[in-house]
Amino acid sequence: MLDVVWLIPALPLAGFLVVLLFGRKMGDPTSGYFATAMVAASFAVTVGVYFDLMSLADEERAGHVQRLFSWIPAGAFQVDLALLADPLSLTMCLFVTGIGSLIHLYAVGYMHGDPRFSKFFLYLNLFAFSMLMLVLGSNMLVTFLGWEGVGTCSYFLIAFWHEKETAATAGKKAFITNRVGDWGFMMAMFIAFWAVGSLDYSVVNGGAAGMASSTSTAIALFCFVGACGKSAQLPLYLWLPDAMEGPTPVSALIHAATMVTAGVYLMVRINPLLGAADSYAPTVIAIVGAATALFAATIAVAQNDIKKVLAYSTISQLGYMFLAVGSGAYVAAIFHMVTHAFFKALLFMGAGSVIHGMHHQQDMRFMGALRKLMPITAMTFIVGWLAIAGVPPFAGFWSKDEILLFAYDKSPILYVVGLVTAVLTAYYMTRQVILVFFGKARWHDAHEENNAHGDLTPHESPTTMVLPLVVLAGLSIVGGVIQLPSWSWIPGGLAHRLEDWLGPIVHGNERELSSDAHDLSGMLALVAIACAVAGITAAILVYAKHKVKRIEPQLLADGWRYDQAVSWAMGKPGRRAFDGVAWADAKIIDGAVNGSGALVREAAGQFRKVQSGNVRNYAAAIGGGVVLLLLWFVVARGLL
Amino acid sequence: MTAFTAAVTVTTTWYLLLSAMLFVMGVIGVMVRRNPLILFMCIELMLNAVNLTFIALARRFGDIGGQSTVFFVMVVAAAEIVVGLGIIVAILRRRPGATTDDLAALKG
Repeated sequence: MLDVVWLIPALPLAGFLVVLLFGRKMGDPTSGYFATAMVAASFAVTVGVYFDLMSLADEERAGHVQRLFSWIPAGAFQVDLALLADPLSLTMCLFVTGIGSLIHLYAVGYMHGDPRFSKFFLYLNLFAFSMLMLVLGSNMLVTFLGWEGVGTCSYFLIAFWHEKETAATAGKKAFITNRVGDWGFMMAMFIAFWAVGSLDYSVVNGGAAGMASSTSTAIALFCFVGACGKSAQLPLYLWLPDAMEGPTPVSALIHAATMVTAGVYLMVRINPLLGAADSYAPTVIAIVGAATALFAATIAVAQNDIKKVLAYSTISQLGYMFLAVGSGAYVAAIFHMVTHAFFKALLFMGAGSVIHGMHHQQDMRFMGALRKLMPITAMTFIVGWLAIAGVPPFAGFWSKDEILLFAYDKSPILYVVGLVTAVLTAYYMTRQVILVFFGKARWHDAHEENNAHGDLTPHESPTTMVLPLVVLAGLSIVGGVIQLPSWSWIPGGLAHRLEDWLGPIVHGNERELSSDAHDLSGMLALVAIACAVAGITAAILVYAKHKVKRIEPQLLADGWRYDQAVSWAMGKPGRRAFDGVAWADAKIIDGAVNGSGALVREAAGQFRKVQSGNVRNYAAAIGGGVVLLLLWFVVARGLL
Repeated sequence: MTAFTAAVTVTTTWYLLLSAMLFVMGVIGVMVRRNPLILFMCIELMLNAVNLTFIALARRFGDIGGQSTVFFVMVVAAAEIVVGLGIIVAILRRRPGATTDDLAALKG
């Protein structure tokens, strides 16, 4: 099966092309089912390749490169369009295509009746293709191709309802913010090529030990700048909350499960460089990750929009993943990425189902008591809530616990930040569940306030939307089994499955836990559970029992006013600086170019008058020239 | 008659002077005349004045180089006449009575 790796991205690409040409004719919902089938077929191929790779010995699993064609043959600069099948890329492919096809199916129900139904699936398939190129690329440039592809699709899909001013603006914001990160990625590529003369991961990673530590540090940190943009970390996170303007399946697929994890993937992919870099580089990554996790979690506490809570939660969870990367826990980062993809896609689609049932009401203040009207959505959402809150035995508990263990080993401060974030996570998710599914029904208020048309009684979503929820809920419950810790009561054969699988990729760079942390791991797990329970209890006291007054300061609802601060800085002094640059560009740069053009034109205008068109003038000029030549011969050369 | 001619020895200088006179006539003709055909003849006059110089000096110094150069000049002049006359005929056929002053299409 290893020689059909090319089919994995090719199938969504084919889907994209077919829907592009015949989408309108296929219509609603055929084009949606077709697109879903293409991604599902890609998933089937991925599973086949996965089992093929699984049957190989550890050391034979890495580095299966399928070279499709020479993409840029330019002297010493050789880039092939080549696909790399190894445990890491296959893990990514599995959940991208698996969860991707579920979300496609969900979108068939969610987008039903939209005037641009087929266009939506065209973008979704293009996104799946780009994302698969990103993870399968065997060199940085193919990854960058996918990287830009997913960015573009993200732009298209956020601004899908572009008649809405806010959606169009959010799309632009996402695109432009990502450009800042892309600059980092490009710098990393330039330095890598300068250092080792190739962009292939095998060469760059293989040369990591041989290059100066400052070089590997620079590459790793520039890659991290790119990752910050794509994965919405401080200080570039601010596009992700706005990206919620897109349709909810987009939020689930792109802005929770797949695209935003690309940064984490990239950091794990270049783990030998991080290993060879100066020791401060991983620390920087861990600090940024921990800071983002805490920062976003505090904001999520005070949001009223059902999707905004999940958006900040996503930023926070991505911060956990970077904390893991910075702590040298690459397996834990991938583990959390997978479990997060399960439960966050579930939560987003649950939120989408609620929005669908509530006739596009997104404000949680006008929800409540929905569990009776939307039983399946409520059940699955509750599973997702328990998973993200870190309640055992749900998937999120295991992955978060593993990250916290490594963070503890790296630095107790990072561990404490992680714990506080865990408390906040449990708190705001409980708050959301209570506000949406429990308590009093408050949607009558909205009905009167908005003068909404028709019957506003919320209803359960259609089967195509509920089925993916149930599947993901199942995965969120059992997802933890892929990487169980080595506790005495867990059978040895079950523990550390993901670590064994990813072994060839992270071998030698994964942090070795100190025996101290090892012994404490059971204890730390209990502390994590206590934190989750504390967060849940606090939220119940505030929002269900109304024992404690709500703490939702406007400062947090405004996201620490970071967005406004950036807007202000860019709008006032930044605007003036940009105007200055534009002026310099128009007057000085263009002035120099246009000036030299005008000078030549003016000089030529004078000079061309010499060409009188009168033969006798020319004759006179020739005659004059002869006379002058003669004079020169006589006077200067001394003839005669 | 004989006595008169005997008294005068025709030296190379005479030929050079004649050549210079012919050349100046050609130059003046080019400058003042406007008929393209006359202009052309004046140019031929100048070319042949130079030819005469070549011949005279070749004879004076006994150098065959000057004479052979004249052959080249004559060949080139012949070619030039073919082309030049062709152009002039074409112009005059299109615009009868045109002078060189009328032919200023390439004026800058």
